[in-house]
Amino acid sequence: MAMATKKARKPTAVERKLVGVADLVVAAAQRQKDPTLAIPVRALSNITFNERRGLLEMGKRKQARSFFNVAMAKKFMQTVLVADALCELQRANLTTSLREIYYRTKHTITGSHENTLDTQDESDPLIEDLEVTLEALREELHVRAENAGSVVGPLVLEDDGDRVDCARLGKGGYSVPSIVEPEYLDIKRCTADFVLLVEKGTQWNRLSEDKFWRRYNCVLLTGNGQPPRGVRRLARRLHEEKSLPVYVLVDNDPWGYYIYSVVKQGSINLAFESQRMAIPKAKFVGLSSADPEAYGLPRNVGIKLNDKDVARARELLGYAWFQKKPWQEEIKRMLTSGLKYELDALANKDFQYLTKRYLPRKLKEKDWLD
Amino acid sequence: MPAKPTVSAVEMGARQREISVSEFFTKNRHLLGFDNPRKALLTCVKEAVDNALDACEEAGILPDVVVRVETVANGEPAPPASQASRFRITVTDNGPGIVRQQIPRIFAKLLYGSKFHRLRMSRGQQGIGISAAGMYGQLTTGKPVRIISRTSARTPAHYFEVEIDTKKNEPLIRESKQITWERDRGTQVTMEVEGRYQKGRASVDEYVEQTIIANPHVELTYYAPDGEIKKHPRTYAELPPSPREIKPHPYGIELGMLLKMLQDTASHSVSGFLAGDFSRVSPQLAEEICKAAGLSPRARPRDVHGEAAETLYKTIQATRIMAPPTNCLSPIGERAILAGLYQHLKGDFYTAVSRPPAVYRGNPFVIEAGVAYGRGPEQGPEGRQKEAVPLAEGEAEETDHELARVIRYANRVPLLYQQSACAIYKAVLDTTWRNYGLTQSRGALPAGPMVIFVHMASVWVPFTSESKEAIAEYDEIRKEITLALRECGRRLGVFLRRRERAHSEQRRRNIFELYIDEVVDSCNRLKGGTLPVAKLREQLQRMAMKRTGGEKTDELLGRNGGGPEGLPHSIIVTPEGVEGEVPVAVPVNGTPDAEPNAERRASAESATEGHGARRRPRAASRPPRRGRAGRAGARAGRRRA
Repeated sequence: MAMATKKARKPTAVERKLVGVADLVVAAAQRQKDPTLAIPVRALSNITFNERRGLLEMGKRKQARSFFNVAMAKKFMQTVLVADALCELQRANLTTSLREIYYRTKHTITGSHENTLDTQDESDPLIEDLEVTLEALREELHVRAENAGSVVGPLVLEDDGDRVDCARLGKGGYSVPSIVEPEYLDIKRCTADFVLLVEKGTQWNRLSEDKFWRRYNCVLLTGNGQPPRGVRRLARRLHEEKSLPVYVLVDNDPWGYYIYSVVKQGSINLAFESQRMAIPKAKFVGLSSADPEAYGLPRNVGIKLNDKDVARARELLGYAWFQKKPWQEEIKRMLTSGLKYELDALANKDFQYLTKRYLPRKLKEKDWLD
Repeated sequence: MPAKPTVSAVEMGARQREISVSEFFTKNRHLLGFDNPRKALLTCVKEAVDNALDACEEAGILPDVVVRVETVANGEPAPPASQASRFRITVTDNGPGIVRQQIPRIFAKLLYGSKFHRLRMSRGQQGIGISAAGMYGQLTTGKPVRIISRTSARTPAHYFEVEIDTKKNEPLIRESKQITWERDRGTQVTMEVEGRYQKGRASVDEYVEQTIIANPHVELTYYAPDGEIKKHPRTYAELPPSPREIKPHPYGIELGMLLKMLQDTASHSVSGFLAGDFSRVSPQLAEEICKAAGLSPRARPRDVHGEAAETLYKTIQATRIMAPPTNCLSPIGERAILAGLYQHLKGDFYTAVSRPPAVYRGNPFVIEAGVAYGRGPEQGPEGRQKEAVPLAEGEAEETDHELARVIRYANRVPLLYQQSACAIYKAVLDTTWRNYGLTQSRGALPAGPMVIFVHMASVWVPFTSESKEAIAEYDEIRKEITLALRECGRRLGVFLRRRERAHSEQRRRNIFELYIDEVVDSCNRLKGGTLPVAKLREQLQRMAMKRTGGEKTDELLGRNGGGPEGLPHSIIVTPEGVEGEVPVAVPVNGTPDAEPNAERRASAESATEGHGARRRPRAASRPPRRGRAGRAGARAGRRRA
């Protein structure tokens, strides 16, 4: 399994961190101590909302993962295995997917019929564990997600030496890679006035087809649902490097609100990355629970909130980063009406209502939530 | 205008005549269990074996029964057993034999027998079975029933060929002669019937297998039509105590029955009748009943009819009368059930429960239940082999969804049909097996490699039909079954939990040992192969040993297999040995002709010896398993089921 390492090559910082896991085991064994990894807890209870910075920050609480504990032994073993696989990637200078990590680390344990891992569900959280423990980003670990996002607009990028003009890529746009760090993706030029991040691919297609970006001079981004890291990171880079305001357009349901909050403050699960991902100044343009009335959407294009929606909305009401008065009103309004609305529902009025009426009016009235 | 009647009353009257019982059953043979050829074959075997066992037990003889089922070729070459449509059934026993004069009537007259008129626990009840089987054979093949019987070595054996006159319900003797027979005593009955032989559920094979489980005192040899010979040696050398005959309990009769008894009694006064013809009615109580019913205790029973009889009946039902005596019952007993289950079913855990006697409608009864759980240690290597392929994603969830099997008995006779109509089956479904560590879907049998045994012993088992396939649901019966099952379940739960604990100890220890190599190898790779691997492994192993309690745990694990302490009437089988009330199976080397009493004494001695052996060290206490052929058969049967 071990890759032939070039003697001359200097180990990267991440590689050194990964080797540190092995050092920890060796050191503990020498002192006859239980080898233990201290893994920051990735849960709401260990998250604080830094109001000044507008970011979610990971707390100091850590969980111990020890080898000589029946409940944790297997996980500990798996964690070391995954660290080994990640280190192999570093040495070979390759990137890979979560699924490939799973396959790489799966084998039968010698002397038994037990597998090291049974499903990918076991290895995925271990990678996140290592990310937070070693304070290494997933990109730095060379693990990529799927290219699940698209961008179009007056933006010129350089990817692997190829010049990509996002204004000349037709309706389809450029597929945002999972790793958009400056080493991999260079922003050559951007003349846009703002970034519009759309939750749904369908609505992004609508805007792209109608050349909304040309008329309003903006970069159109979508992540097809919960935006992947590449999309979030690209939006953040445009915001930071080109000082573009970022607007978020999502469905009017609790999941839409949460997508917005992830873009703005970071996610609970990977709060430690929010300093590189979050865009605290991002604005919520819609769909707001006030819009159906303001834009005359008929009640019958709404969808009744189910029990899960209601429970999720109540949870949001409790989050520290949703405590601003307009937000409390926004969520409560939705709960009171008992309905959620999809962006697609705007088509009820006109196929191009979103492009021609809704967004222009929103932007003109500066009708957004912070 | 009313239509002119086409048939006059006179004409109708000319057509009205008596129907003989035999004629009735000729037309309604499904009522007796001859619905289809496969079931008919089973019913014929069953009736003959039941009769043989009843006779032996009543005479105090340990039964030794030979069942032979052969295919009959009609001139052509014999077809394979599964294709054949005609079979010859021969059942031979070592019972007391039958006196010459009675033979024709017993085998060729319906509703003729010794068991109907008395309240005594026996397999047969009505005196229909064997003669109906013979009649079925006669109807389908035209062949008479052939009987050989001999009552002792000093008397000659008699050979009979009899048919039944279906109009008159009388035997027709086709042949009667003295012959020489190799047996000193016993009866042999041979029938040729149309049937179908198919293994599996509700087959003759299953009947034989289940019979020997509930009757471990029986030695049974079965020659299957496909040429297989299954010898089931006796595994419990004690004859069940002979049940006493009792008089009916007043609560158990209906008005019509009371009227008939009033007519038939030999007593001259009502009070004498009540005290003499019923159980639990003292002369004093009889007087009280008469007084309460407004009858003179001196009145002649024959004069009590109509309203007076009805008042008497109601008064009796309203009077408090002691529950009937229970010595009329002969339950199998926990030890014998255990022996039967242990010898014939593979498993890791066995337990048996006999409930105290209870009463329904004036009939005493006893419920017994047992459970055999697991696949037995012998299947271990086989199971391990299957696991040897590393599992792919999703494969691990494929668990075994085998459901438990219920085997039902009434007076030691297995009930093979109409399972879902039976009170036993319903009680099993209604028991919450989940409380005892098993999985059970709603409205289904519990899951797991398990056989649930339930036996009802009673002077009168309430069947739902003549063919005696399902026990009717009386609240009292249902309650007793439930209580017995719960007790079995409770013990099984204790066993399962204990075993689970032992396993988790084992796992605890294995986990570290398994994972150390993985961790060491990964660390070595992380360090670029520069690690002193052996040293790291040794250090980690040292820690693992310390953490799991070292050798002390080793010892503990060896011993902590989970003994049957606290689990009465149970057997636990582990790869290391067997614990519990293992029946010290004493093959009875005495000849079948030995004095029954002497035999019983001998077996009683062996029983006490067996009890003493209960706490012997495990390795030494494991007796050679007997009845290998039997268990192999049982195993095959279970698979098929």
